[in-house]
Amino acid sequence: MTQQKVTKPRVGLFVTCLVDLFRPVVGFAAVKLIEDSGCTVDIPMAQTCCGQPAYNSGDRKDTRAIAQNTIEAFEEYDYIVAPSGSCAGMLKKHYPGLFKGDPAWEPRVAAFSAKVHELVSFLADVRGVSDIDARLDGTVTYHDSCSGLRELGIRAQPRALLGQVDGLTLRELPDSDVCCGFGGTFCVKYSDISNAIVSEKTSKIEASGADLLLAGDLGCLMNMAGKLKRQGSSVETRHVAEVLAGMTDQPPIGGRG
Amino acid sequence: MQITSPEFKSNSRAALADAQLQKALSNVRSGFIDKRLKAVADLPEFERLRDSAKAIKDHVLSNLDLYLEAYEGKVLAAGGKVHWCQTAEDARQAILAICRSVDARVVTKGKSMITEEIALNEFFEKNGIAPVETDLGEYIIQLRGEHPSHIIAPAVHLNKEQVEEDFRRVHDHLAPGRDLTEPEALLNEARRVLRSRYFEADVGITGANFLVAETGSSIIVTNEGNGDLTQILPKVHIVVASIEKVVPTLDDAAQILRLLARSATGQDMSVYTTVSTGPRRPGDPDGPEEYHVILLDNGRSAMLGTEFQDMLRCIRCGACMNHCPVYHAVGGHAYGWVYPGPMGAVLTPSLIGVDKGGHLPNASTFCGRCESVCPMRIPLPKMMRHWREREFERGLNPAVARYGLKTWAFFAKRPRLYRFAAAMGIPALGMFSFGKGRFSWLPFAGGWTRHRELPAPEGRTFMQQLRERDAVMKQAAR
Repeated sequence: MTQQKVTKPRVGLFVTCLVDLFRPVVGFAAVKLIEDSGCTVDIPMAQTCCGQPAYNSGDRKDTRAIAQNTIEAFEEYDYIVAPSGSCAGMLKKHYPGLFKGDPAWEPRVAAFSAKVHELVSFLADVRGVSDIDARLDGTVTYHDSCSGLRELGIRAQPRALLGQVDGLTLRELPDSDVCCGFGGTFCVKYSDISNAIVSEKTSKIEASGADLLLAGDLGCLMNMAGKLKRQGSSVETRHVAEVLAGMTDQPPIGGRG
Repeated sequence: MQITSPEFKSNSRAALADAQLQKALSNVRSGFIDKRLKAVADLPEFERLRDSAKAIKDHVLSNLDLYLEAYEGKVLAAGGKVHWCQTAEDARQAILAICRSVDARVVTKGKSMITEEIALNEFFEKNGIAPVETDLGEYIIQLRGEHPSHIIAPAVHLNKEQVEEDFRRVHDHLAPGRDLTEPEALLNEARRVLRSRYFEADVGITGANFLVAETGSSIIVTNEGNGDLTQILPKVHIVVASIEKVVPTLDDAAQILRLLARSATGQDMSVYTTVSTGPRRPGDPDGPEEYHVILLDNGRSAMLGTEFQDMLRCIRCGACMNHCPVYHAVGGHAYGWVYPGPMGAVLTPSLIGVDKGGHLPNASTFCGRCESVCPMRIPLPKMMRHWREREFERGLNPAVARYGLKTWAFFAKRPRLYRFAAAMGIPALGMFSFGKGRFSWLPFAGGWTRHRELPAPEGRTFMQQLRERDAVMKQAAR
């Protein structure tokens, strides 16, 4: 019998700019979760941002330049994983359109995009994780961020994984599929409308009776946490990866109290 | 109608501060969504119907000239007349000429967004013709001198108390003490008042949900039957329709009809689906003596072959605005022209220019809920982004935003520099929050902190922490 050496899949972690700058613990939680699922994790230093701010502002040229950087930095990996539905959606669903009609890049971007996954769906769907080793005593509610939900079909996966966390009770958020009003630059360009939308959201969060709000996208989380804090709410906010990885020692998003 | 789309920001601030409006808008949030969901769940082939409907319209749009000519041939054969109009003014003049030819004084109208687009009521009034809106919602807003705030529920921005007040003001020949508290009482009163107007009208004008090439028919759907009375009772029936309304066959129209009401109101079918083909034939018990079709382009043919062609699949169901968080927050009037919500955000810049309509495709979170419910699978967010690209190419977006974006992109394209700048700035910013974990105010972040706290960075960036961790691990391994 020949002994075959089992090599673990190599994952390139796309940290996302918001996690890098504002919430590093999400990055470390992602590393832990991916490693625990039987992969090795690399973090290419040549990454910055997925390019959405430029893309959604109509600046295709800069978006393409950023996309090329990202593809070059990550195409060697078996999987590219990001702890964000919106950034993963950008890499997976929107990058290909940027290179349409470019014979040199089309096959490269197609191969790249096929390997991109959002963190939680990667764990649940690709790695079949069923042994989350974490504990959180409390009642949480979950907001489905738009890009993850509608571009990548992420809905059941976070609930399935959260169901494996000891001590955790999930209370469904009414209209969890409705936008929180973040929308990238939208929230500052049209801040009054954004405020109306997020206020609707936080009143539902409050009414859910949960003491912790979770979601998979830091932009939405910062928006909702920022509004909850401004309203003096005691509901805390974290990225779902922090809970799944059992890394909840850090103060919640926006601080304690 | 006056275009206020460039003032979208101030329009929306006013809308947010309008307590009556906000109360009415909460009905949009709750009224349409669950009903649609149930109607869709009850029809297993709904998703396949969407694919099929999209294919029908895509096919038509690729062969639009052929189908329009075929349609015209059938209208002529049925004794009707087709007026090809390139612009809104062409359409108004053609309609006026028809009205003048029968010396029309009163014109009844079925609900039609296209006549809003060509501002027909104002034009009629200037020319001494009285337009009478017969759809209840349209009738109400006509009394108030307003425009529709929703493409299928024109008075959705109003509460019934406001309507009661208007009816008491305008219907001053009726008993002042009458009970109008129930919506049904309002409906019955409008019905009574409108009844006589149908018989006064010399011309009846309707829009069209579909034009059918194989038969030369126009199809409208209504829930009140007002469209039928509008087109059957007067001597002349004028159909005003834009060119993309044509479908090849009655079967095609029937397929799309199965999507329309379900997507719009959650009904399986609208109460009335009315097919009209030409004027009254010898032996017909009723019907108009003349049947005219105003076939309007008004900028649509210029969308063919561009990234905005998909928008021409729109069947005006309103599902996109029913599900839009921005529409829910500000209502339809804030959009500043005829078409609100996501479909308006794409269509308006096509029809009035992106220099005037540019706010609309920008005022979107790209949440994608509109596209997910659009029966015709129109990629609305993608097309809004295309408008932003057009604006960016032409330098129409604000200088501050451009400069900020360019600065950010300069760093985002240079990973080492980006990392260096982040390592310099972020820990300092984090410290500046003094352990509170958030900011209530920060210079240049007013757009954020006006309404919410800004969560502070944890401290050092992920990349900094990672390098230190790796260095420690290397040390330990030695």
